[in-house]
Amino acid sequence: MTRRQLYTGIVSLALASVIFILPFVFIFLTAVKSKQDASRLIFSWPVEWQFWENFLQVLQTRNYLLLLAYFNSTVITVFAVTLLVLFGAMVGYVLQRRPSPWNKVIYGFVLAGLMIPPAVVPTIWVLQSIGLFKTITGMIFIQVAYGLAFSVLLFRSFIATIPRDLDEAALIDGATPLQIFFRVILPLLKPVTVTVIVVQSISIFNDFTNPLYYLPGRENVTVQLTLYNFQGQFQTQFNLLFMNILLVTIPPLIIYIFFNRQIVAGMTAGAVKG
Amino acid sequence: MVTQKSPYPYWFVLPAAIVFTVLFLVPTFASFWFSLTRWDLFSTQFIGLENYAQFLREPFLIQGTINTLIFAFATSATKTVIGLLLAVLLTSGIWAQGFLRTVVFFPVLVSTIGIGITFAALMHPTNGVINVALASIGLPGPGWLTDPVLALYSVIIVDLWKGVGLATLIYIAGLATISQDYYEAARMDGATRTQMFFRVTVPLVRPATVTVVTLSLIGGLRSFDLIWAMTRGGPGFSSDVLASVIYKQYQAGFYGLSTAGNVILFALIGLIILPLTVWFNRREVDL
Repeated sequence: MTRRQLYTGIVSLALASVIFILPFVFIFLTAVKSKQDASRLIFSWPVEWQFWENFLQVLQTRNYLLLLAYFNSTVITVFAVTLLVLFGAMVGYVLQRRPSPWNKVIYGFVLAGLMIPPAVVPTIWVLQSIGLFKTITGMIFIQVAYGLAFSVLLFRSFIATIPRDLDEAALIDGATPLQIFFRVILPLLKPVTVTVIVVQSISIFNDFTNPLYYLPGRENVTVQLTLYNFQGQFQTQFNLLFMNILLVTIPPLIIYIFFNRQIVAGMTAGAVKG
Repeated sequence: MVTQKSPYPYWFVLPAAIVFTVLFLVPTFASFWFSLTRWDLFSTQFIGLENYAQFLREPFLIQGTINTLIFAFATSATKTVIGLLLAVLLTSGIWAQGFLRTVVFFPVLVSTIGIGITFAALMHPTNGVINVALASIGLPGPGWLTDPVLALYSVIIVDLWKGVGLATLIYIAGLATISQDYYEAARMDGATRTQMFFRVTVPLVRPATVTVVTLSLIGGLRSFDLIWAMTRGGPGFSSDVLASVIYKQYQAGFYGLSTAGNVILFALIGLIILPLTVWFNRREVDL
């Protein structure tokens, strides 16, 4: 490393600390302050540390609403991501392995799914007519419908790297299409599957707009919705509001620490070759 | 061989196709019809293009459309330029490079609502950290979110803060594919650092640029949660965008008008992204 690289690094780190790290330090410091201390909104060391008090108080607010929200968000994320992996892999597999005029149509829909903003009120109308409006089940399927295009693209490009000889060998051994897919192909998709799981989990867990439209009401509240509702309720209790933000920020941080390679792979897919 | 059935049966596509059709395609096509009606979920009344006419007539709806374009183009342009510069910096072998990449990227993964609330506090006109810091060096801090002229741009800055890490990440992946030979050759020919950046890096990192511009434009046009968390479209309608107009009209019970907003947003994205994609594909680089 040259002297120039060292100095540039130090200057960059100093700037990045102010611009990118300081807001997170602010969240943390405000979250552990007392009510009066936090209401001044200033950037300062807490007069007294109230981490546990604030933590417990946020959890207990409105009859443990945040715990319910964590439960709901987890259920939605786990089921939606499972279906996204399964459906995405199956579509990507057929799309890559079986060239046909239909593929163009499917690609058209995939691109549409990536680009077009969902038509919200007509979607509510559909959900109501099939009895899924304001239900966790409905929310799971919505997330599947909206995330499908991205999953299909990732799986399709990964499946292109798996030699066809494997399918043919299994076919000659008398395997059925389902067996080939589940026993031969799916286990080989592990790297891209992890990527899809991680990237989709974060985006579904952080989703605010869709639960706002499709999951109104107290019993089906999600993590992002509680945060939004607390924004109105905690206007004089910034310590609790920021404790809530802190609690919502921690899951993605943990995921990032363990899976940052997969996140990078998922988010940069397509950057290298158009 | 008994049957000639393909080992890749089409019914594999079926479960995905059903969910996608019912919850995405049907509502999308239905939106064209509903946007032509006065609609309260129980009954619809056909009123032709009246909803669209209202979008061209009502000042706050016009402003919402213009704000959407400002927001999308401003965030996309700044993310592209700053993202590329940061990517070049963070691949130049500087000290603490890996840690800096993490720091720049982390906001991408954090809850948008959480970020919105945090910055609304930091941008508080009198007590906020930003204005307190400005005051301490003798500068008068503006009302970031309370001044109607400024509010939209303050949200744009926060969107840039949150999203530039993704652009940087995509550019870092793009830069990694450029062979060092080009830089070697340019150096032999006596090119300066600036010349190398504009003549080698920028043209060769094009696939990444296409991705960054397209993704950030689509994201910018559809943007809702950050604006909603920070200003609710206010003060007045000064920071409203189409997505927040759609939500407000939905809340007010004007479902037909809300859906017309959806169709306009859809058309806007199509009108901007499709020509852009064609243009990007036509201008392949020759080397």
